[in-house]
Amino acid sequence: MYSLVKKAVQAAAVGDTIYIYPGVYKEQHIAIAKTIHLKGIGLPVLDGEKKYEILTIRANNVTVEGICFRYSGRSSYMDIAAVRIAESRNVVIRNNVFEYAFFGIYSQHATACVIEGNRLSSDAKDEISSANGIHCWKSDSMFINGNTITGHRDGIYFEFVTNSHIKNNYSYQNVRYGLHFMFSNSDTYTSNTFRNNGAGVAVMYSNHINMYKNTFADNWGSAAYGILLKDISDGTIEGNKFQNNSVGVMMEGSSRLQMQKNTFAQNGWAMKIQANCMDNVITQNNFTGNSFDVATNGELVLSRFEKNYWDKYEGYDLNRNGIGDVPYRPVSLYAMITERNPSSMMLYRSFISSLIDKMEKVMPALTPVELKDDNPLMKPLKF
Amino acid sequence: MRTIVKYVMLDLLKNRIVMGYTLLLLVISFGMFSIDANSTKGVLSLMNIALIFVPLISIIFSTIYVYNSAEFIELLVAQPLKRKALWLSIYCGLALSLSLAFLIGVGLPVLIYESSATGLVLVISGLFQTLIFTGIALLASVKTRDKARGIGVSILTWFAFTLIYDAIVMLLLFQFSDYPLEKPMIALTMLNPVDLSRILILLKLDISAMMGYTGAVFSDFFGGKLGMLVSAIVLLLWAMVPVWFSVKQFQRKDL
Repeated sequence: MYSLVKKAVQAAAVGDTIYIYPGVYKEQHIAIAKTIHLKGIGLPVLDGEKKYEILTIRANNVTVEGICFRYSGRSSYMDIAAVRIAESRNVVIRNNVFEYAFFGIYSQHATACVIEGNRLSSDAKDEISSANGIHCWKSDSMFINGNTITGHRDGIYFEFVTNSHIKNNYSYQNVRYGLHFMFSNSDTYTSNTFRNNGAGVAVMYSNHINMYKNTFADNWGSAAYGILLKDISDGTIEGNKFQNNSVGVMMEGSSRLQMQKNTFAQNGWAMKIQANCMDNVITQNNFTGNSFDVATNGELVLSRFEKNYWDKYEGYDLNRNGIGDVPYRPVSLYAMITERNPSSMMLYRSFISSLIDKMEKVMPALTPVELKDDNPLMKPLKF
Repeated sequence: MRTIVKYVMLDLLKNRIVMGYTLLLLVISFGMFSIDANSTKGVLSLMNIALIFVPLISIIFSTIYVYNSAEFIELLVAQPLKRKALWLSIYCGLALSLSLAFLIGVGLPVLIYESSATGLVLVISGLFQTLIFTGIALLASVKTRDKARGIGVSILTWFAFTLIYDAIVMLLLFQFSDYPLEKPMIALTMLNPVDLSRILILLKLDISAMMGYTGAVFSDFFGGKLGMLVSAIVLLLWAMVPVWFSVKQFQRKDL
């Protein structure tokens, strides 16, 4: 029995398990440099007193389980974390609670670590004085599963992280992004929910990112997106649900993305696809109840829309094969007008705006002629 | 005055067109709400009814009513009555019965399906449209002697508020797109009761996020207490000023 976790860590031999009994331990800079397992019984509290980094892991195969980390230090010039994984392999951080942390879990040069079932909540007010929940930098083969993150700057932040899998996480009410990708290639994220974050989810400057079955909801605000795709390529976006976002998907400089079987419902704009995007395929998606289906900022269209269901489609299907006989043009004239002159949203839903939209549908003059779905579906797809 | 209001109202409530109008509104409203499970969409559709259809009916019906009761008005003018009181009673009778029709036709379904702040704003906007366009109708009918011309002026006025004004605004928006137009836009909105009501309803539906910077400016202004007060006053002015002008005109008019 030791009264301090630090002493127990010092005394432990490689492969030992340290059980931490309930209580509040005000210790700082606990450093683990050998393979041991830390296990909390009845959620003991490690308190950083708002000044210190609490736990630093510099060894392989370390497990940290069932501990509450509270009040990590805060700093405007240093990245202080509640738990830091540095230059290690196969570390497991499981079922812990993080309260009022600056950085929750910070991994640098880590490989094949598992971050699972943790609950992180903090009290971030603005982007400058807050930090990310799960922050990975220059890491590889990470597995981040079933965490709940709220009140941080970015829920999950990836920078130079490769071959990793993010799964079943719930990231909500973070100040900036629910999930933020920078320069991270070949990652997959599946079945996560991102709700009501300051600006949604951002995937930037990355390639080979796959996104499956995620939910992007309630990211509502003047600069908020369900997901922002900026300069990314070769990804798959499949089976996701975009609901109640002011912009469902914002694509900028993105290429060779395959978007299929997604649901876009009740968004302001379902998709904004800028003219600098190319070779994207958007197929078999459901677009329902969006104020605008697609908006773009130029004449050039190098992406393909095919076999989607659009609830605003007014065509017919004479041969009853389930595919409409006339193409659907998802860009309404009014969407083009507001893209050029945002003030004209003032006339949104007025008599004149619906009138010119109808006229444009009959004789397209201003909307990009190439942006159309040649085989629109008559009935919504069931996923 | 009260007797005349009562008489006009009773006459109007028995009127087939008013009854049909009430019934039509009722059917449309219930239809809109039951087509879609999402009641927000119902509100959006009803917004078009309240801001396009209601003004049209109010203005045309009131104009025709005033022309048709020309003999009745002449008879009453011969009595020892103030012209002002007589004219205001006719306005009150018309406005009250059309408002009642709107309250039953739209207010009731909204109360059942969407009794929220949005619904309330929708109903209040619709009521204001009724009051405003009835007033404008009275002004139009007192200004022109000929019935056909009067109705023509009414329709044109309705057209101006719902379509032509917005077209001009759009033209201005593009002509002056290099300038910051948000504040002038608020002023321009005030000049058209239909636009003003529409924006009030849309802001309640939290559409402002889609409007970018303009939306932020709008929701800042109209969402605040001052903005609410100003828009209420402006709508009231829109209801009162045409009536006041028509009273002045009627007092001097050679019947």
